[in-house]
Amino acid sequence: MSLRIVVTVKYVPDATGDRHFADDLTVDRDDVDGLLSELDEYAVEQALQISEAGDDVEITVLTVGPEDAKDALRKALSMGADKAIHVEDDDLHGTDAIGTSLVLAKAIEKAGYDLVISGMASTDGTMGVVPALLAERLGVPQVTLLSEVSVEGGTVKGRRDGDSATEQLEASLPAVVSVTDQSGEARYPSFKGIMAAKKKPVQAWDLSDLDIDEDEVGLENAYTTVDSATERPARTAGTIVKDEGEGGKQLAAFLAERKFV
Amino acid sequence: MAEVLVYVDHVDGAVRKPTLELLTLARRIGDPVAVALGSGAADTAATLAEHGAVKVLTHEAAEYADYLVVPKVDALQAAHEAVSPAAVLVPSSTEGKEIAARLALRLGSGIITDAVDLEAGDKGPVATQSVFAAAFTTKSHVSKGTPVITVKPNSAAVEPAPAAGVVEALSVSFSAQATGTKVTARTPRESTGRPELTEAAIVVSGGRGVNGAENFAIIEALADSLGAAVGASRAAVDAGWYPHTNQVGQTGKSVSPQLYIASGISGAIQHRAGMQTSKTIVAVNKDAEAPIFELVDYGVVGDLFDVVPQLTEEVKTRKG
Repeated sequence: MSLRIVVTVKYVPDATGDRHFADDLTVDRDDVDGLLSELDEYAVEQALQISEAGDDVEITVLTVGPEDAKDALRKALSMGADKAIHVEDDDLHGTDAIGTSLVLAKAIEKAGYDLVISGMASTDGTMGVVPALLAERLGVPQVTLLSEVSVEGGTVKGRRDGDSATEQLEASLPAVVSVTDQSGEARYPSFKGIMAAKKKPVQAWDLSDLDIDEDEVGLENAYTTVDSATERPARTAGTIVKDEGEGGKQLAAFLAERKFV
Repeated sequence: MAEVLVYVDHVDGAVRKPTLELLTLARRIGDPVAVALGSGAADTAATLAEHGAVKVLTHEAAEYADYLVVPKVDALQAAHEAVSPAAVLVPSSTEGKEIAARLALRLGSGIITDAVDLEAGDKGPVATQSVFAAAFTTKSHVSKGTPVITVKPNSAAVEPAPAAGVVEALSVSFSAQATGTKVTARTPRESTGRPELTEAAIVVSGGRGVNGAENFAIIEALADSLGAAVGASRAAVDAGWYPHTNQVGQTGKSVSPQLYIASGISGAIQHRAGMQTSKTIVAVNKDAEAPIFELVDYGVVGDLFDVVPQLTEEVKTRKG
């Protein structure tokens, strides 16, 4: 049985860089180096593992973002994905999660799919809602936040470690899955993988290819408005003591002073 | 006064603390109308009334436990139709965010997640969020539809504010998608007897420096002396020393307690993202250069195996 997997990935500013906002209060993507969101590497990894366990599995990686976002696709292709789709359009600048889910859903439908795999959240926006939004838009089961995932025949199964319980989930394909950082270490691209990725096809689509009007996306049409962004004042330097045998007692005295004890 | 829908997180009728915090915030915007679903829903009414719910809409059905997320979205949508609220507030759990997102899409509304504060504004509720690993604070509002906002635990005080709390049965017809994802087994997390990590007033966390699963006993002993929850850094979780459910950081829980005690944690960005908004931060670490010391109100450079047990003993002594 053939299986078409679409993995959604995001190109994000490096979390170890000095992330900040642009003048229009969108995430500044120019001054900080970008990369494939670490949490999406787990999604690519699980797609590869499903592919290795089955036969006739095709993995397409999909991203929505500016020119640089191609780097994220290249990384996923060098890990072993088969092909890539890059949705890029100037009108997309400032699109929020609701709008992004529309673009992704239209692209996923156009590409054709049996299974969508996403990371648990992006490392910049960190909302973690896009997989649920995709399931709602596509009208297919949502099997999200999995620490373990498997596909058998036309069924996807997985383990969700929730806030109050661990749940075993099951749904029929087509479905939308998201995986956590507990699902398994993502592989490093091999030299051979990096060379092979250069020859893999990257398709470019814009909004007209997806029949999306410019007034459905972008900063002007976002469903939420950021009114202000303020840098958090640096914490005032605290007291640091070196333990000379009384460190625990000194700390206890501090906690008592602050009325915690 | 406008009504505000509040989604109730409860376990068999026992209302969890973040929901009571939501009632405090909801009262700033309008009259809270609570929505309680599933087994024990009606048992939530007394507590909710005590904290300001003018109405409690309830619906019990097996679907809420047997299928993932969507039945709850159907119910909230039905409640939205019945009430036409000024806003919908949902606790920011992983499931809460998924419910809220799908609801927002159905309502043609915007969604704001992980708010840490909420106030009334000219253009609707204004949500404060802490972003980029808490390096920035943003204020936002929803510009289309009924605002759907999820709020993090510990964002407001629980305040008694007695209200009518009239219980009404909510009529829900489940959508075709409701039974799409079956929950074939559920194992409730074993209770440790300690406070819930995201709700605790004090969190004591251990990291790489704890150096072994068995050594977490000293972290737990300190936590128990303070009535605190136990957290762990990603390094400690990845090493298999402590369960992932206790992980504090970007890919674990995000906590904002009154007091955060970091032991043997260097303070990488991954970890800071999950604890930087804590009110008071203290740390014990051997390495004087560890970035965690940039955040602390009080830090001890020393061996946690000396400092932490001494601290635990001293806390016990002081508490008598």
